[in-house]
Amino acid sequence: MLALELVDIYYGHVQALAAVSISVRDGELVTLLGANGAGKSTVLMAVSGIVRPRAGSVRWNDTDLAAASPYAIVGLGVIHCPEGRRIFGGLTVLENLRMGAIRRKDRAAVRSDMEYVFSLFPVLGERRHQSGATLSGGEQQMLAIGRALMASPRLLLLDEPSLGLAPLVVKEIFRVIRELHRRGVTILLVEQNVRQALTVADRGYVLSSGRVTLAGTGAELRANPEIEQAYLSTAPEATR
Amino acid sequence: MTPLELLLQQLINAVSIGSLYALMAIGLAMVFGILRLINFAHGDLIMVGSYVALLLMGLGFPFLAAAAAGIAASTIAGLIMERVAYRPLRGAHEISMLLTSFSVTIFLENLAIILFRPTSRPFTAPPILRSVIERGQLRIAGLDLIAIAVTAVLLLCLTLFVRRTDTGIAMRAASQDMLAARLMGINVNRVIAAAFAIGSLLAGVVGLLWSARVGKVDPLMGFNPVLKAFVASVIGGLGSIPGAVIGAYVLGALEILLQGLLPSALTPFRDAFVFAILIALLLFRPNGILGSTEREKI
Amino acid sequence: MEPSAPQSPSSLPVRLAAPAALLALLAALLAAAAFLAGDYVQRIVIIIGINVVLVVSLNLSNGFTGVFSLGHVGFMAIGAYTASILTLPVNLKAVNLPSLPGWLGHLALPFLPATLIGGLVAAAVAFPVGLSLMRLRGAYISVATLGFLVIVQVVLVNWDPVTRGARTFAGVPGFTTIGNAWIWAVAAIYVVWRIGSSAFGRGMRASRDNEIAALSLGVNVLRARLLAFCVSAFLTGAAGSLWAHFITSFSPKSFSFTQAFGIITMLVIGGMGSVSGSVIGVVLITVLSELLRNAERGFDLGALHMPPLYGASQILMAVVFVLVIVFRPAGIMGGREIDIRGIFRRIVPPKRGRKAA
Repeated sequence: MLALELVDIYYGHVQALAAVSISVRDGELVTLLGANGAGKSTVLMAVSGIVRPRAGSVRWNDTDLAAASPYAIVGLGVIHCPEGRRIFGGLTVLENLRMGAIRRKDRAAVRSDMEYVFSLFPVLGERRHQSGATLSGGEQQMLAIGRALMASPRLLLLDEPSLGLAPLVVKEIFRVIRELHRRGVTILLVEQNVRQALTVADRGYVLSSGRVTLAGTGAELRANPEIEQAYLSTAPEATR
Repeated sequence: MTPLELLLQQLINAVSIGSLYALMAIGLAMVFGILRLINFAHGDLIMVGSYVALLLMGLGFPFLAAAAAGIAASTIAGLIMERVAYRPLRGAHEISMLLTSFSVTIFLENLAIILFRPTSRPFTAPPILRSVIERGQLRIAGLDLIAIAVTAVLLLCLTLFVRRTDTGIAMRAASQDMLAARLMGINVNRVIAAAFAIGSLLAGVVGLLWSARVGKVDPLMGFNPVLKAFVASVIGGLGSIPGAVIGAYVLGALEILLQGLLPSALTPFRDAFVFAILIALLLFRPNGILGSTEREKI
Repeated sequence: MEPSAPQSPSSLPVRLAAPAALLALLAALLAAAAFLAGDYVQRIVIIIGINVVLVVSLNLSNGFTGVFSLGHVGFMAIGAYTASILTLPVNLKAVNLPSLPGWLGHLALPFLPATLIGGLVAAAVAFPVGLSLMRLRGAYISVATLGFLVIVQVVLVNWDPVTRGARTFAGVPGFTTIGNAWIWAVAAIYVVWRIGSSAFGRGMRASRDNEIAALSLGVNVLRARLLAFCVSAFLTGAAGSLWAHFITSFSPKSFSFTQAFGIITMLVIGGMGSVSGSVIGVVLITVLSELLRNAERGFDLGALHMPPLYGASQILMAVVFVLVIVFRPAGIMGGREIDIRGIFRRIVPPKRGRKAA
């Protein structure tokens, strides 16, 4: 289980997170919601070791992540699928996936995982020898998720997978996220697409200016009038 | 000489010198691609390998053994350089890293001056490297053919490495997106060390071929080659390995072409012309021939 | 430069007091050196003066134009050769440079015009070079400047009729004194400091690494940077002339990459963007390398006998350089200037009745 407790994070003098406490139990899908700049991505970066907290603790089961290197954290099975996809454009789809599995020694399992990724995302299978840069945005997102899956993650950190994608593609991505959840992968999902995120999440937190302002189960959040107002209403004045 | 013979002669010259530049430029390109560092001390790796080989030959070792030791010495020197001088500076400003590479150059060159005196020493290559094949008016140096052959083999090995092995693919990945590479759990230290090791090994090979070609070694022998290698990299687009190779052969061809075309009064100025062309090239295509014409996005 | 602490509006004499005192102090030190010190110390003082011009002008280029020039030594060479050709006595010209065109062959200019012309020629060369360099970015620029240095070297080595090629250019009259070297040094400091502290200068520095910010300052940015680059080349060329008339004989090898590195070391250690830092860097490094060079020749310290180790000083400098870059990349001054007025005010407190600053 992942536990952040009273985490403070600063970028220079600017405080990005203040006393943030978040937990993700095994097998859960927890979503982080909030406006741009609220600190959602920072939470993920704290877990994957890219940034260090100034105060508070970040623990994955018994390990203190705040003291571990990103390299070690990946070794624990914590895989961060970053914002903006960041696939390797000059490498082929196959090479990208291979990089996801670079730490693994079990060749047979790696091969079957790759077949699984192709079954989740058939289009990747079709384009397996194409270079990443030639893929569409949606395909790149699929590749990013596929690459993360190749690492056989015990905890998957997804940062805004729906960003910049067409609604149909977003539906497809979330179908896969739901499938992964069904399979038991523990997921921490950062999203701005609140509607979709709340359809898959067990629990969620809302962040605002670096603080947790709301927490609850998926159902509670869906029913919450503030969230309804702020994110789910189609009325023009509800835009953020 | 018939025009065909002349062409063949010059072609072999160009490809031979281009091959040496290519092996050098690859080392620079690999390191720049991953670290954004222009390692000027790369030139001194040529010097290290050559001196070690020279010392061993002086002690009676056969050429191949001395050569292998020289190449090993270059490789080790490159790895030490990375560990001691560059790793502490990871993530520092571009200019800081460039300046540090100059310090390393000064350090190595003066160390060589202390150990070996500033004057050059003769480097006697084995007979096969000094052989000349003559067909009519055509004179082909055995060294040229060997240089071309060795380069071809090394290029092939390198291509297989970056396409087939995990470390090679990881190297390409890291040079495209270092952060994403770390997030995948790629061992960045190992990848960087591998890049340095390969580049330094190639530099060691260049050192031997270069010393055999000019017949001597001296502490400052690395400066000119590394500058040429840099020109080659820039022509092909900094950071791109295929670009470096292409740029190197273009540079070799350019040099031979200028040598032939310039009036004899101007041939000593050949290098000046090469650099002037470089600056002109950068004006129109700041990212090299293979690079895009756009300015880099900020 | 950081703005100095808010001061009470003071009249011109008060504002000039601090710099004037500093100048007076400098003049006193130089006079002491000129009249009381031995030859060796006098030579060091002159070298420091020349290095100040070199480093301060390099600061202007690196700090403002974004062109981190590694090849500035090329401008020094241009200034040195140009001025020396002009000042070389006619009879020596006939012997050493027989193929000079007639009018040049009969010309022997005094020091100042020759130095000025040397600087102007360097600045003229800097114009097209700078124009091309401004389009490049980052590390490409630096290596392009090295290319420029190589071009200069090749031309110097091969243009026999004018430069004597690779042979030593000797017989240059020893016009450089503590006086004129330091007048140039003070002038250079003043010019660069003025450019730096002007609003234009501050804006240039802030936008040095950020093109968009630079563009937002106005279309003239490119022209202004080019101007700064040419001024920098002018000063470096003049320094080249000063150096040539100090050392009285040189060759193309004197303007090598190692020279360039020495100047850069002084710049980096003092801190880029800080004129006072440059001066401190010059003094420190010049003195240090002199001491090390003496040690290189081997010395006896009681029972300890150190054999000659030529090149050791360079190695030490390189190590020091790396240490500074790793641990204090901003240099000694960290880009800030010494607050001369502040120090002065502490030594000579303002009279009662004036508002304390």
